[in-house]
Amino acid sequence: MQARLEDVTMRDMRERATRDSPLVIRGMTVAYDRKPAVFSVDATFRSGRITGIIGPNGAGKSTLLRAALGIVKPLAGQATFFGRTLAGSRDRVAYVPQRASVDWDFPARVVDVVAQGLYRRLGLLGRFGRDHEDMVMAALERVGMADFSARQIGQLSGGQQQRVFLARALAQDAMLYLLDEPFAGVDAATERAIIKVLKALRSEGRTVVAVHHDLSTVEEYFDDVLVMNVRKISDGPVGVAFTQEALDTAYGGRLERGMRDPQKTRA
Amino acid sequence: MNGEDFVTFSLTPLLIGSLAALSCALAGNFLVLRRQALVGDAISHVVLPGIVLAFLVTGTISTWPMLFGSAVAAVVAVVLIEAIRRFGRIEPGAAMGVVFTAMFAAGVLALEQSDTSGVHLDVEHALFGNLESLIWLDATGWASLVDPVALAGLPPELFRISLITVVIALCLAVFWRPLAISTFDEGFARTLGLPVRAIGLGIVIASALAAVAAFDAVGSIIVIAMFICPPAAARLMTNRLGAQVAWSVAFALIAATLGFTLAGSGPAWLGSENAVSAAGMIGTVAGVILACAALFGPARN
Repeated sequence: MQARLEDVTMRDMRERATRDSPLVIRGMTVAYDRKPAVFSVDATFRSGRITGIIGPNGAGKSTLLRAALGIVKPLAGQATFFGRTLAGSRDRVAYVPQRASVDWDFPARVVDVVAQGLYRRLGLLGRFGRDHEDMVMAALERVGMADFSARQIGQLSGGQQQRVFLARALAQDAMLYLLDEPFAGVDAATERAIIKVLKALRSEGRTVVAVHHDLSTVEEYFDDVLVMNVRKISDGPVGVAFTQEALDTAYGGRLERGMRDPQKTRA
Repeated sequence: MNGEDFVTFSLTPLLIGSLAALSCALAGNFLVLRRQALVGDAISHVVLPGIVLAFLVTGTISTWPMLFGSAVAAVVAVVLIEAIRRFGRIEPGAAMGVVFTAMFAAGVLALEQSDTSGVHLDVEHALFGNLESLIWLDATGWASLVDPVALAGLPPELFRISLITVVIALCLAVFWRPLAISTFDEGFARTLGLPVRAIGLGIVIASALAAVAAFDAVGSIIVIAMFICPPAAARLMTNRLGAQVAWSVAFALIAATLGFTLAGSGPAWLGSENAVSAAGMIGTVAGVILACAALFGPARN
């Protein structure tokens, strides 16, 4: 009797954790040309934490995020945001795509891109007023790009472009931030600026999930990790899940925890 | 040319040419930014079988069947291109080339075989447009603009093109934000809940409508210049999307009016008897504008 009661309580707690989690991924499987990129990944991301998705190139890290967000169509699996479908929680979810995924030659200024983050607030024809302008400038202020607001986006450095993308997400004022390789190809100052913003988001009670591949900074940047290579290898708090064993499995024994990603050192 | 002749022989072709150039330029901005300029070319060609089919079914070349036929043809073409690309394991450019040339060829064949003697529809017209013949015979001068009897004799193409231009301009104004966001960053647009596939298809359909407008004015071959030249030149003038669209409108109007005027009067100034093709001259002027923008545009980088 006692044991059964405990069982029920445990299950109840687990269910509640799942229900309240900003993002729960179940059985996610994605294939490109019949080759699986992500295979049956389950993950529960904890509220108010910064989680890194770690793994080698081609491990399906970005694909996992994109599938959860409905940008690519999964073969199987589903993602639940704050206990609801994505459609029911779009106002609470902000996505920062890979910088290289767009054409920075597009005719737009920095403010124009950041203002895209206000679309759900503005709608088709809502007037872009003084308060919206203030929101855009406040977001740019947070990433240290206020002085560049009128600059054409093609004239920015890679790090500045990344900060503009982050500012657009900040303008969305979401509770869950999903970032795809936010530190890829950025200068050291930008990397510091971005991690500072992410930690500030955490202290405001928001949740951050970032695809990342520089192993040397994992312990410094993240509370939790999800190590994957097509399949999930381990997940949980950095101290528990970011182990040599998990990395051996993910990278085929080629890397150590303190080592920088080979791609990054080359670049 | 006196006012009377101008209203009869030049006013309606000028208006039709300008509105056609305008609607092509509006749609063309997004085709060019999405690196889909060739889709514009494909659409302008597949519009022909759509129009011929609509004619064969209804027996007229009135506005609604024509618009419907070409919109359907454009959608069929896009679906075919996607299907061939996916199942034929062919690169997108080749898939596009196969579909639009085959559909255009079928359209030319159907046009040759069908009896279009009663209407203004022949291969020549399909290829090079019909601008010089879209005159207003009922006009007797500027006063005709307020004369209901004369107005009733306006070429029906003018009504069709005005309608298309208004529809495209309205859609652009209403859907400006989704268009801009999904053109710049499709993945992000999806996370906002924007229907990016529908937006892409909407651009294709708008381009098909613009191609119908241009079909009357400059024919199927030169349309691509109207889709690409004004927006591409406009991109070299500014770094803002709104300003780019405004510049493209200005360039389209300049190309149409200057091209038509030069074609009619240019040879006479040079001492030659015959006027040259208005469609050819409009396309040429559009190309020259792009060349000038490429050489002197302030946003060339």
